[in-house]
Amino acid sequence: MSILVVVEHDRGTVAPATFEALTAARSLGEPVHAITLGASADGLVDQLAAHGAAVVVQAHHDLLADYGPEAWGDTVAQYVGHTSPSAVIATGTDRGNEVLAHVGAILDLPFVANCLSFDTAGAFDTAGAADPWQITRVRWGGSLLEQCELSATTKLVTMTHHAVEATESPGIASTESFAPSLEPWHGRSVVVDRVERAAGVTLATAPVVVGGGRGVGSPEAFAPLEDLASLLGGVVGCSRAVTNNGWRNHTDQVGQTGTRIAPDIYLACGISGAIQHWVGAMASKKILAINTDPEANMVAKADYAVIGDLHQVVPAIAAEIRRRRNA
Amino acid sequence: MRVLVCVKRVPAPGAKINITADGLAIDTAYLAFTTSPHEECAVEEAVRLVEQHGGEATVLTLGPAEADEQLRYAASLGVAKAVLLPIVGADWDPQRTAAAIATAIAELESADGPFDIILFGNESADSGGFQVGVRVARSLGRPIVNGIKGIEVVGDGTVRARRESEVGLEVYALPTPVVLGVKEGINLPRYPTLKGRLGSKKIEVGQIVPDVAAGGQRMVTLLPAAEQVGATTILGHGPDAAAAVVDLLEELGVL
Ligand SMILES: Cc1cc2nc3c(=O)[nH]c(=O)nc-3n(C[C@H](O)[C@H](O)[C@H](O)COP(=O)(O)OP(=O)(O)OC[C@H]3O[C@@H](n4cnc5c(N)ncnc54)[C@H](O)[C@@H]3O)c2cc1C
Repeated sequence: MSILVVVEHDRGTVAPATFEALTAARSLGEPVHAITLGASADGLVDQLAAHGAAVVVQAHHDLLADYGPEAWGDTVAQYVGHTSPSAVIATGTDRGNEVLAHVGAILDLPFVANCLSFDTAGAFDTAGAADPWQITRVRWGGSLLEQCELSATTKLVTMTHHAVEATESPGIASTESFAPSLEPWHGRSVVVDRVERAAGVTLATAPVVVGGGRGVGSPEAFAPLEDLASLLGGVVGCSRAVTNNGWRNHTDQVGQTGTRIAPDIYLACGISGAIQHWVGAMASKKILAINTDPEANMVAKADYAVIGDLHQVVPAIAAEIRRRRNA
Repeated sequence: MRVLVCVKRVPAPGAKINITADGLAIDTAYLAFTTSPHEECAVEEAVRLVEQHGGEATVLTLGPAEADEQLRYAASLGVAKAVLLPIVGADWDPQRTAAAIATAIAELESADGPFDIILFGNESADSGGFQVGVRVARSLGRPIVNGIKGIEVVGDGTVRARRESEVGLEVYALPTPVVLGVKEGINLPRYPTLKGRLGSKKIEVGQIVPDVAAGGQRMVTLLPAAEQVGATTILGHGPDAAAAVVDLLEELGVL
């Protein structure tokens, strides 16, 4: 038996979460096979071998020239059909979850998304790899955990990002080529066009985020937050109360249904700290809450807080930075 | 154009999620319920599609009898028809949910003709299984792409759909009938009008009682997520705290 890891890549650039999936796969003690889709990923063999892949399966087909959930799903499902691995592990990302959902649908197998850990409790030593796995997975975008039991001959799971730390396990991988049989209809959901984003700091990667919530009060009142963010080389984020009011675009929303941020410091201004906002902000290295309410959840969970009206505190911080810079 | 939107009723917790004593559910005694956010946007998108292209939107949910509230909310925004797939007790697993919805869709379509576009939320806010829409699309033999943040019907039965990626936007050109998994941010959902609210009280909610077997994923228990708890350092009160804040920013090296 083997474990199959689906390699997430975009036209040959591997997604780092793939190495987490490989690390998790290695922990199961069975040979790890990694499947790459499309010839653009043929150059990934060494990187995959360095993270423990014993065999790299290179799937080649014209319809795999770019990402397409149906073509990827059928390719992986066909390979699973040929080789019956005991598990298929993919990245807990948009693409990883999407591809495994297709595999589950095609093979009528259960699929457990966004796992933190699994206990295979003897499933490999006893007669059947069909024995259930006990899995811990995330719900509510990470605010709640679930333990579940997964029963299937081939277990389909994705690893939630950062659940395991990717580590290397240097080795040499053999390669194997796989030609899926895909029909023209598989091409209907392949990417036809792309619009590249202008380079620059994004909410997800910014070193500083100045977040504004309902307490900001209006779209215009975000100007001092913009000013402070630009002084700090950061960007402005917001809560869902703000986007729901139409004050700012959803691209600025931090949280479960927005963007997950991980800045060096997050300044959360006029944000109460609802759990769905918190899960998007909790990877920040430090959090400073500015809030009139000393009892606000954001204040309780933050590393630092200023109790006061953000409309006074935020401009005062900007003024103090300017004063020191000019001193 | 016939549009179907599938939604899920979920609790709306605030600062904390509390679990019931048996560990099997969220304690909702003091909570309101809402439509899962991605699906709230899917409902708005369904209404806009019908406003732009004519036709009719239908909303469907599999859930407890109380999910009538979410169906009527969708109706108050402009969805014409509503269908409840009633279940009793705990949530169904994703395979079972998808099988029930696919069967119900087949029944609705055999009566009134195919849906040109079926919308799902990308994932439900609570269980986050990331698969019900895909399973339904596969069993109907229709294309599906998830994570959709823009839909444009370009005529001749093609829908252009956009999704965000690490580097920008990906565009898909899909033939109808099509299924799409929608993400929050695709639009800004409207609020119901008074007229819409009153009208929604009167619509008849259809029922299709689902009867399908459980799948291979079984929930055992819910657990609280590990919390980072530590004391909060209060840097001061009001604008006078600015100097202490800037000291901190200097210390953290972000200035
Ligand atoms: C399924 C689901 C998903 C969700 N996803 C997200 C998500 O991705 N992101 C998200 O943010 N939310 C999300 N929410 C919504 C979330 O539950 C909260 O409703 C939302 O985060 C509240 O936003 P807020 O903190 O700005 O507003 P409020 O909760 O109203 O808090 C406003 C805060 O501002 C403070 N304040 C007011 N005036 C001032 C002032 N002048 N100076 C300083 N402080 C002031 C108040 O004391 C209060 O703490 C989701 C909800 C659900 C049900």
